[in-house]
Amino acid sequence: MKISSVKIISLLFFILSAFYLYTAYQIQVFSFDENAPFNAKTFPIYLGYAGMFLAGLKIILPERLKEEVDHKVLDYKKVIFLVIIMIFYGLTILRVGFFVSTSIFLLLSYYFLGERRWKFMIIFSFPFVAIFMFLLHGLLNIYLRDPFLKYLGIIG
Amino acid sequence: MIEGILIGLKTALSLKNILMVMMGCFFGTIIGMLPGLGPMTAIALMIPITYGFDPATGLILMAGVYYGAVFGGSTSSILINAPGIPGTVATSFDGYPMAQQGKAGKALAIAAYSSFAGGTIAAIFLLFAAPSLSKVSLSFRSPDYFALMILGLTAVAAFSSKGQFLKAMMMAVLGLMLASVGQDTLSDIPRFVFNNMNLSDGISFVLVVMATFAMSEALMIILRGTDPSSAAKAISLKELGSIKLDKEETKKTLKTIPRSSIIGFIVGVLPGAGSTIGSFLAYGMERNFVSKEEKEKFGKGSVHGLAAPETANNAACSGSFVPLLTLGIPGSGTTAVMLGALLGFGIQPGPRLYMTNPEIFWSVIMSMYIGMVVLLILNLPLIPYIARILAVPRTFLIPMILFFSVTGIYLMSFNTFDIFLMIGIAIVATGLRLYKFPMPPLILAFVLGGLMEENLRRSLLISDGSFSFLWERPVTAVIIVFTILIVSWQAYQSLKTK
Repeated sequence: MKISSVKIISLLFFILSAFYLYTAYQIQVFSFDENAPFNAKTFPIYLGYAGMFLAGLKIILPERLKEEVDHKVLDYKKVIFLVIIMIFYGLTILRVGFFVSTSIFLLLSYYFLGERRWKFMIIFSFPFVAIFMFLLHGLLNIYLRDPFLKYLGIIG
Repeated sequence: MIEGILIGLKTALSLKNILMVMMGCFFGTIIGMLPGLGPMTAIALMIPITYGFDPATGLILMAGVYYGAVFGGSTSSILINAPGIPGTVATSFDGYPMAQQGKAGKALAIAAYSSFAGGTIAAIFLLFAAPSLSKVSLSFRSPDYFALMILGLTAVAAFSSKGQFLKAMMMAVLGLMLASVGQDTLSDIPRFVFNNMNLSDGISFVLVVMATFAMSEALMIILRGTDPSSAAKAISLKELGSIKLDKEETKKTLKTIPRSSIIGFIVGVLPGAGSTIGSFLAYGMERNFVSKEEKEKFGKGSVHGLAAPETANNAACSGSFVPLLTLGIPGSGTTAVMLGALLGFGIQPGPRLYMTNPEIFWSVIMSMYIGMVVLLILNLPLIPYIARILAVPRTFLIPMILFFSVTGIYLMSFNTFDIFLMIGIAIVATGLRLYKFPMPPLILAFVLGGLMEENLRRSLLISDGSFSFLWERPVTAVIIVFTILIVSWQAYQSLKTK
């Protein structure tokens, strides 16, 4: 018997709700609040039960519309690449600085999505980020930490 | 009320705010034209920018984006039969056949005039309905608000995607769960933070909106290998033809506008219904109103068939502001995003907004008129040029969406944890969207989570822990009955299909 993907997602949601409910019961409330009609864990407890109930219904009830996705036509490779680039961007934004990390993020994203026109790729990375940073600093007074540009003496 | 209108006009007609409306309409049109990217994505991308402005300006900008996106959606529906948003699907029924007959310019003009008229008439309704409803809603108590929020969530879940009620309700619960992360508002007790300091203030609303809409939309486009800019390329190459309407077409449009405006506005006010249902309902009703001869033309390029959904979807947009401004409860995903942004400004919409912040209340209403004028005067003649701007290949478009999402959230907190959390939520949201789990109920629930808990807390404390508050007050009981009716209807529909 083949279990549909929606049922698997519902089962995962059921487990998540059960974990949420367990964690909700573990919330430490003040002793004087313990028997109050409502305390910090009341609402989460209701939510945990509601999540389990709805997910349970979805698992038990037969499906009206079969929602199967043809994974062969989906381009997972590019998505994984982009997610890795975004994580890399998040890791470098503070250490390397906004200018270099953002420019490299854009450049790599263009490349992995299949762009090969280097002239446009360069224009829409380094100069684009420089203009964006100038607008942030100059117009909106938003300071962006950038150790690299600071080292070069471009920003204070 | 006259005083309020003048306050609103003064704020809305300031040079800065007029520029914001224009910018919002322009930006919204561009995003709305891209199939798949709707008003919610457009507004989500705008939120970090709005935090640099005062609340009235921020909300005016977002309202402009909203109208622009709806108009942009109509353009791609008419020209290439690819509706940018669900609210403009009905527009394509007659708009696209008109474009195929070489009357694309006329179809766009009818859409623009109908949108303008529908939005303006509905804004007049809003002008009178909002203050009156504000006064009525002042008598609302916590149980009523709690029941209204339950009704709003149920209605949005019921209408957000056909036959997916259980999935939508699961998403609503997930939204409420996400909203419960962080310190409890009353006791400051940490909940679901797992000793992570970054979670003690809860999850940012902007982060969730960006992750579930802008970022996950970008990931979906790559995953499916679609190119949203292909729509724009087709538009720019197309011969639009004249945008002038003849006497007969004008007469037909004028006949349709009043009735569709009323339908659109009423549907827009109802929680969860919004522009999609409004436009379909107006299209269906219009078919019953016209002569037998005109009825035959529906689906083949009827002027009535194009004007009706276009009028109704814009009227519904204005209508959806009524519950937001008067009750503080959004009736749709888009207004939920706006509510979240308002809460970010430290403003609590609701009946008291009318008295405490009249400049916001009235300037939003006034800016709607200005937005409509901007759409009519600027956007219509500019459509071919906007389309050219849009012909940006996806290899540039997607990285830009991701860049604005990541930078937007980084600029708000300067915390890289938020970037990783956003990526995580976006991946989960993309997976869920692949299997048709709708996101609007999640956003609505996330925004309402705090308010819902607060009102449930008050209600339970007043009734000493008993749930009798749900039927003790007639208003609460009526709202609960409506909620039960929606759930029963969904259950009945489900059984009927089986």
